[in-house]
Amino acid sequence: MNTVVMRLAAQALLGRRRIWLLIGLAGLLLAVAALTRWGSGGNPATTATMMMNFGLGILLPIMCLLIGTGVIAPEIEDGSVVYLLAKPLRRSTIALSKLVVAHLIALIFTVVPVVLATLIAGDVGGELARAFAVTTALASVTYVSVFFAIAVLSSNPTIIGLLYAVLWEGSLAGYVPGVRTLSVRQWALAPAEAMLGGNAVVNVHSDVSIAVGIILIVAVVLASFAVAVRRLARLNVRVAD
Amino acid sequence: MSTLELTSVSRWFGNVVAVNDVTMTIGPGVTGLLGPNGAGKSTLLAMMSGFLAPSSGTVTLDGKAVWRNPSIYRSIGLVPEAEAMFDAMTARDFVEANARLHGLPHAREAARAAIEEVDMTFAIDRRVSTFSKGMKQRIKMATALVHSPSVLLLDEPFNGMDPRQRMHLLDLLQRLGDEGRTVLFSSHILEEVEDIAGTIEVVVAGRQAASGDFRSIRRLMTERPHQYAIASSDNRALAAAIVADGTADAVSLTADGLVVHASNFGAFVHALPRLAIAKDIELLDVTPADESLESVFTYLVSR
Repeated sequence: MNTVVMRLAAQALLGRRRIWLLIGLAGLLLAVAALTRWGSGGNPATTATMMMNFGLGILLPIMCLLIGTGVIAPEIEDGSVVYLLAKPLRRSTIALSKLVVAHLIALIFTVVPVVLATLIAGDVGGELARAFAVTTALASVTYVSVFFAIAVLSSNPTIIGLLYAVLWEGSLAGYVPGVRTLSVRQWALAPAEAMLGGNAVVNVHSDVSIAVGIILIVAVVLASFAVAVRRLARLNVRVAD
Repeated sequence: MSTLELTSVSRWFGNVVAVNDVTMTIGPGVTGLLGPNGAGKSTLLAMMSGFLAPSSGTVTLDGKAVWRNPSIYRSIGLVPEAEAMFDAMTARDFVEANARLHGLPHAREAARAAIEEVDMTFAIDRRVSTFSKGMKQRIKMATALVHSPSVLLLDEPFNGMDPRQRMHLLDLLQRLGDEGRTVLFSSHILEEVEDIAGTIEVVVAGRQAASGDFRSIRRLMTERPHQYAIASSDNRALAAAIVADGTADAVSLTADGLVVHASNFGAFVHALPRLAIAKDIELLDVTPADESLESVFTYLVSR
């Protein structure tokens, strides 16, 4: 890992408009949580439904999209990534340094608001909050890895990421069985289901077992990294004649 | 000392052949890569700088392949065409970040020295986003020089520079070339290349049209006659003598003297003094009229 690349990535991510979007989205989650509590009176089942569909299903992927792409896409788009690539640094070092920063920032901006929102909306002794913290952490790491790779591969990472987040994770994964098995949200929910055990009140359920979920998460994270590094090594940032 | 070698390099994008079987050696000194827009200069530079793989052929730096080999950037300094930099930073911080990325032990000092070399010390603590295009170009130059590379690659470096900045860059490149570094810059503007390039590589439509110092390039073009402007004590008599001698293709009389077209310039150059002596004519001025790069380029492009 290279500390200069990390510092530059952190500055880029935290210094732009993005940070306000992230704070705004986190605020939105908290606002929705407050509304939920006001409407449901703190019923944990309602909290679980809201968090799974809105928090984990829509908001989380979008925040990870902003972070995962924000740490590399703008530089590729305007060509300034050449200042990183024209250096005696391995491409895997560059990618890893950026990803570490992206993951750290993502974890802070997703896990913390999710835990707070769960507690605000209504929990059972912090059980839901703990379970969702694990889910969020796992999903966040996966999403950031995937979106980072998409940002390196495509010149339209935001559109692709949004389509994926809204269409795939957000709606199709809600009711199409086949899609659910291939949904990051389902993989990340598997540990939560286990943690909440037989708590039938909160209907937290995953379509995959923990083993499958974790294996798929690890596989996707590693594959995304490999794909991103390979593409980075072949990136031509010079404008053609 | 570092030498870039391209051996039978071609690059195609689908059906479009951007570079077609180019072989060239770029050594110490200043080399100009000249050609019209679309000739393949940027593609060649991308391959030389390790950002694009040749479809066939090899590109090496002192024998080591340049593609997928980030360690070459220790020896190569790149001035990219991209406008954008890390705009929010000051010039000092930006160049210093580049120095640190190179792993330089005294990054801050190296950055300061590089900025001084490009004459930007006056704005060292200003944000890059506030700079004019020419100033940005100079900061890009500083990032390319901060690690003292033995090879410098520049893609249209004079773009957007005012005459004063241009002269400064010309001096800088000349100095770097004199220091023994390998400096290669591309341009489609002839005056820029003519001024400082010791060697010129001309590319037209992906092909290497010519290579060498521009005078020797000119000499290779035996198909096109050389042109001389001659002033003498008796232009008419000299004109008649040259025509009678037969070593020139055409002679025309102008208000200032003679203009002679000679495809066999070797023979003509020997004949001229002989004729002048024989006819007792004094030669006042003999100037090759088209030794400029302009004429070479125009000729090559139209070939």
